[in-house]
Amino acid sequence: MQDKPPGDNVDNVVAMKVEATPEAQGNDWSAMLAELGQSRDRQLFIQLFRHFAPRIKGYIIRLGLTEATAEELTQETMLSLWRKAHLYNRDKAAASTWIYTLARNQSIDWMRKQKYPEYDLESWHRDEGEPLQESEAEQSIVSDRVALAIHQLPDNQAQVIYMSFYEGRTHSEIAERLSIPLGSVKSRIRLAAEKLKLVLGGDYEY
Amino acid sequence: MNIKHHLDEATLFSYVAGALGQGTALVVACHVSQCEYCRDRARQLEAIGGALLENNSLSPVSDNALLQVLERLDVRPQATAAAPAHAADSEVPGPLASYIGDSLDEVAWKRLVAGVWVYDLPAQGKGLTRLLRVAPGKAALPHSHRGSELTQLLRGSFIDEVGRFCPGDVADLDDRITHQPLVDSEHDCICLIATEFPLRYTTLLGKLAQPLFGF
Repeated sequence: MQDKPPGDNVDNVVAMKVEATPEAQGNDWSAMLAELGQSRDRQLFIQLFRHFAPRIKGYIIRLGLTEATAEELTQETMLSLWRKAHLYNRDKAAASTWIYTLARNQSIDWMRKQKYPEYDLESWHRDEGEPLQESEAEQSIVSDRVALAIHQLPDNQAQVIYMSFYEGRTHSEIAERLSIPLGSVKSRIRLAAEKLKLVLGGDYEY
Repeated sequence: MNIKHHLDEATLFSYVAGALGQGTALVVACHVSQCEYCRDRARQLEAIGGALLENNSLSPVSDNALLQVLERLDVRPQATAAAPAHAADSEVPGPLASYIGDSLDEVAWKRLVAGVWVYDLPAQGKGLTRLLRVAPGKAALPHSHRGSELTQLLRGSFIDEVGRFCPGDVADLDDRITHQPLVDSEHDCICLIATEFPLRYTTLLGKLAQPLFGF
């Protein structure tokens, strides 16, 4: 077993580049989550649980938490999904995106014992304006495209994405770990983000 | 709010990834809560997280776990401390209101030197997270940073080598910039600052004053 720090381990970066899951097609999870917010239908919840809970748990285990903790935080995330579903606005984000933020916050709050500052969960609901997403049916395709795009990123860009999303490292920590200047970390992140946002299909220009 | 200074894409990315320290994450959340432009950008980046979640390797969850969750669906969550009342047009951004309430005038300011007051916020990490209140005409000492310094303007204005900053603006600076902000508003300027590490003063005076300021 090699004993390299996680960020230097290319296997992790490669493991991140998972293949698209064919069974993800077919169900419109965003529509179902929005419907759950209205109807509080337990059957819908169970379907959402069966799809998302293993993904949430997989994400939390990748953060480096133990199986038992991941199980507990997955349950907490699914509970907060149930309690906050009425705040979800499908015009603003795909279900997977919204659920990602719930899982992220649960995990960080647990790791830090201090609440990760949120810019406003309610604004998912309250905000008016142009919908960001094109069509609901396209979202699973978009997810697959992002996974593919990460796969196609140069290794040094995929690495900073991995170190940010799964290792929670700040720019300075990444700079130190890779022995590169802070400015290089930021430009790698900017380059990667730019490419992925293109894939996300936004007509945003930055 | 006419916001001219926004967050760096890399900063926003790390916030979305959950990879910022507590203090810098607070400043980012404050800015994003007031800035529609950055809010849209944050949501775009969150979709990367969504795609990663959707395509993540699966980790089996037992039916027992599902049953446990189903049993808890009807249980009311423990009452958390009521969030302080927060007006949508408050000069205190929502994420900050949970620390200090909804008024900048009721902050328990601590005077550092003539014309400079601070209020430290409890946030984990090596750097500092504080509200800074500076009288008109006062300038901070020239300094640069190791790591990042994020400053969200809440009241008044200041001007530095980068530009002029008004309420809603954020100064997102990294280690390449040396600057000396000067308060140019009629009234006190109040901002929320988070640094990742202690500041580096670039003058001898600054180095002497460093212990005094506690930065």
